[in-house]
Amino acid sequence: MDLITPDFGLFFWMIVSFTLVFVILKKFAWKPIVLAINERERNIEDGLKMAEKAKVELEHLHEKSEEIVSGANIEKESIIKKGRETKEQIIEEAKEQAKTSSQEILEVARKRIEEEKEAAIEQMKEQVSAASIEIAERILREKLTDEKAQKKLMEHYLNDFTVN
Amino acid sequence: MKPYITGAVKLTIRIVILIALSGTVGLCEINAAPYDNDNTEKDFDPGSFIFDHIADSYEWHVFSFRGDHYSIPLPIILYCSESGLHFFMSNRFDHGYSTYKGFKIESEGPNKGNIVKVDEKGEALKDERLPLDISITKNVLAMFFSVMIILAIFITIGNRYRKKPVGVPRGFQSFFEPLILFVIDEIAKPAIGEKKHERFLPYILTLFFFIWINNMLGLIPLFPMGANVTGNISVTMGLALTSLIAVNFSGNKKYWGHIFNPPGIPGFLKFPIPLMQVIEVVGIFTKPFVLMIRLFANITAGHIITMGFFSLIFIFGERSPYFGFGISGISVLFGIFITFLEFLVALIQAYVFTLLTSLFIGAAVSDDH
Repeated sequence: MDLITPDFGLFFWMIVSFTLVFVILKKFAWKPIVLAINERERNIEDGLKMAEKAKVELEHLHEKSEEIVSGANIEKESIIKKGRETKEQIIEEAKEQAKTSSQEILEVARKRIEEEKEAAIEQMKEQVSAASIEIAERILREKLTDEKAQKKLMEHYLNDFTVN
Repeated sequence: MKPYITGAVKLTIRIVILIALSGTVGLCEINAAPYDNDNTEKDFDPGSFIFDHIADSYEWHVFSFRGDHYSIPLPIILYCSESGLHFFMSNRFDHGYSTYKGFKIESEGPNKGNIVKVDEKGEALKDERLPLDISITKNVLAMFFSVMIILAIFITIGNRYRKKPVGVPRGFQSFFEPLILFVIDEIAKPAIGEKKHERFLPYILTLFFFIWINNMLGLIPLFPMGANVTGNISVTMGLALTSLIAVNFSGNKKYWGHIFNPPGIPGFLKFPIPLMQVIEVVGIFTKPFVLMIRLFANITAGHIITMGFFSLIFIFGERSPYFGFGISGISVLFGIFITFLEFLVALIQAYVFTLLTSLFIGAAVSDDH
């Protein structure tokens, strides 16, 4: 039982215990533990690989979606542009049409005005001539009552006549 | 009860209670015996105080009260070529004061502390071989206790892994899994190699946890723990022997080639005088020998330092009780500090022993240099 002298009894029991622990734990503990740890490691590795794959796929999808979005943007632009063009065209056409129709209306109105004017002038001429004849008649009737005046007029007419 | 306390743990608890009960029976017996009363008058001897704790013993001293020492007797198993097998409890020896069946515990000389055969007068027989002694001593019992703890812990964990291999670790499992992974990933794999380490894992894991748990239980000063198991040279010798066997039985052609025909050494060192071969063969034994000494010395030193600090209380207490009282605070503080340091040392020494054994195995099985 000295400090540095190995003691057979303790050594013997030590070997027995250690062997026992080793044999029992090898079967009941280390085997399932190592198996489980390996399986878990494999699981984690698989999971990481899957995640990596999913990441790549996601990136791919992202690219695709971006492509789609940019395509849609271009289409949108073109649609808007086309719409604007059509709008301008329609406005232009409408303006043109309005111009021509207004001119036509103006033309018609002018003609009508012209016709009306001419008719009015005609009427006025007739009325003026009728009135002037009547006036002349009345003047003549009044003047010719006087002898001298009759003579004078006659002379005036005769003068005009000779000159012609 | 939490679900992780399974059959194995329950069994351990039962066995511990049984040991405690048997201890109580033993205590009653000793209590009646007039024993060591003269010792109270003697001066306090820190040397024997410490070494009584460090050394193995045929009885388990649990505590002392008013000069009476209370110990648990342990079974003694002897084999003698003449009288055959003997089996009795150690209290027959009356703490080494009497002889029984022609045996006694030697109190002096080179066999001090061992059981020797005696003649009719009670004198130890000279020139007589010691009887073969495989008694269940204090260290053996403490080792059995830690073996049960180890088995209970790891069988429980093993069952958990068997049932749910990819489940989340729980309870004990989550405490021990990082350690198991540490041993596998930091010791076995780098030392032996990715391909070959798996074959040695059961041994390396057993070695690590056997040393670590024995170290840790040695630091808990409560029955049935607190014995200096891994600080006993017989135990470390046993561990070193397993290392020796593991290394040399797994050695490949290359390993033996290196020993019997070391490459890169001038021929005259190998022939006709096999100088290098002798050195290499000695090397086979020095490696485990160093492992044996290192673990023994480290753990024993820890126990000695802790006991030394507590001895200070009694040394100063002998001068004056006030002195002893004053020093006790410092002693306890240092004792606690050293104990925490020893928790670290327990782990480090388990690590070092396992790592070196793994490195030796790795060298023995490697295909290249």
